[in-house]
Amino acid sequence: MKHIIVFIEAKDSQSLKRTSHEALTAAQSIAGGASITAFAVNGSEQALQSAGNYGVQSVVLAQHELLGSYSSTATAEALAQYARSIDADIVIVSGNATGKEIAPRLSVKLKAGLLPDCIALSGDTTSIAATRPVYAGKAHITVHSASGKAIIALRPNVFTAKQIGSDAATITAFSPNLEASHARVQVISTMKNEGTLDVAEADIIVSGGRGMKGPEHFPLVEQLASTLGAAVGASRAVVDAGWRPHGEQVGQTGKTVSPSLYIACGISGAVQHLAGMSSSKCILAINKDKDAPIFKVADYGIIGDVFEVLPKLDASLKAMLHG
Amino acid sequence: MNILVCISQVPDTTTKIQVSGDGQTIDKSGVKFILNPYDEFAIEEGLKLREQFGGAVTALTVGSETSKEILRTALAMGVDKACIVKTDAQLDSYNVAENIAGFAKNISPDLIIFGRQSIDFDSSSMAPMVAEMLDMPSISVVSSWKIEGNGIQAERDIEGGKEILSTTLPCVISAQKGLNDPRYPKLPDIMKAKSKPIEEIEPCHGNHLVSLSSMALPSSKRVGMIVGDSDADITSIVTALHEQAKVI
Repeated sequence: MKHIIVFIEAKDSQSLKRTSHEALTAAQSIAGGASITAFAVNGSEQALQSAGNYGVQSVVLAQHELLGSYSSTATAEALAQYARSIDADIVIVSGNATGKEIAPRLSVKLKAGLLPDCIALSGDTTSIAATRPVYAGKAHITVHSASGKAIIALRPNVFTAKQIGSDAATITAFSPNLEASHARVQVISTMKNEGTLDVAEADIIVSGGRGMKGPEHFPLVEQLASTLGAAVGASRAVVDAGWRPHGEQVGQTGKTVSPSLYIACGISGAVQHLAGMSSSKCILAINKDKDAPIFKVADYGIIGDVFEVLPKLDASLKAMLHG
Repeated sequence: MNILVCISQVPDTTTKIQVSGDGQTIDKSGVKFILNPYDEFAIEEGLKLREQFGGAVTALTVGSETSKEILRTALAMGVDKACIVKTDAQLDSYNVAENIAGFAKNISPDLIIFGRQSIDFDSSSMAPMVAEMLDMPSISVVSSWKIEGNGIQAERDIEGGKEILSTTLPCVISAQKGLNDPRYPKLPDIMKAKSKPIEEIEPCHGNHLVSLSSMALPSSKRVGMIVGDSDADITSIVTALHEQAKVI
């Protein structure tokens, strides 16, 4: 029988990260008759049991004093040891900041082909193929592991998570054989960006570009974001001009996002920007230039002046959502 | 401090990409190639550390003859030595990492610096992969850091915030935009760089763990409903977002 391991992370004491839900659902989609085991290095009982809601009944929790504070190297080693112990064929991780550090290490440790930044999976556990954007999304490649074993990292927010069960998963302890040298890099602390919703985690993003003409006009963008419960994003031009903080930048030198809805306000759609948002599920563009490249990737477009359109759009959305 | 900076040559972001007849690679004709933008931060960081701690900076790339261009840029910026693992073959990231790790073993660097990702294949996997092969710690997407003795404290961007990490030398890091302001090479240095030696290293064509099946232009499945800015137009968009796209 084939074996799939899904690396999961807790969001808080009750639940898993959404990216973990996506990974669990993706595992189901390729499983066929394969077994699926979720693997964690931390998380409360309640959070880990919730993997059952996504159809995975077995969770393995690695326990070791060196896993006390998060270490990417110790986590990768523990996961590799578990993967060897069950002769796993596929390991699925989210391609978030954590996954991007452990997936390449797993590939080397297990001599398994690394399939990073996946936006689509096809085939099954015997011949898995992964598609991902390259050249800033200007082309897609489909790759498969030549070694039979694969490490798959999923681009966050692209795969839709599906709740398919309500039974709590069973948690089994696993004791990896770790030494101090495995934990030479450790997280000392994490800081949350206060107050604002991060574009990398938001389901809806309202972004402003040079067409907003100055930082003093961004309240129009913020207002629309507030109506939709969305995060505020920005193009490189406005971040470079100092109108908005770097944390909001969407694009090749900023963040890659795939929200359900991306609203581009006064953004022409330079390649660098498209690279960061073209995998959004739905794109609405507002621009006064009908030939702006952003309209080529948009599902919906409004050709008009952002200063007139944004207040009208906000009022219309409010009427629809609250009316 | 002995510093190795690993860089790559990529198509300019504004270049139009076309898939060549083999359905596996891009058509390189007419494509302008540049130094990967994130690698500028990696080179600059190496040079700054040399200024602070002394030592030498070696720039390494894996690529064909044309990739020497970016090594000339690195030399013009001020690296001490430039080396190329020269190959025309398409290597997978594992094989590239093997070549880099093999080179690194020979020069035993205290620090290996990469750009956060190369903007062609965008996999962000090279730094941890090379680190794993060399049994070194690594920190990806470093936005600021300090080195004291053997100890390193680094800050990196994660979803919704930042992470502070500690590790020790020797180690591998990948540089995020904002880590520094890369210097522009001066014209005399650009001229001098043209005649500096570039050491060529034989590639090891070892293990391929990944095979490429196909490359294609993305298919557009966008709705493409573009309207004007009248009240009725805006209402129609809001309705479509709600009823057709079901995203609000």
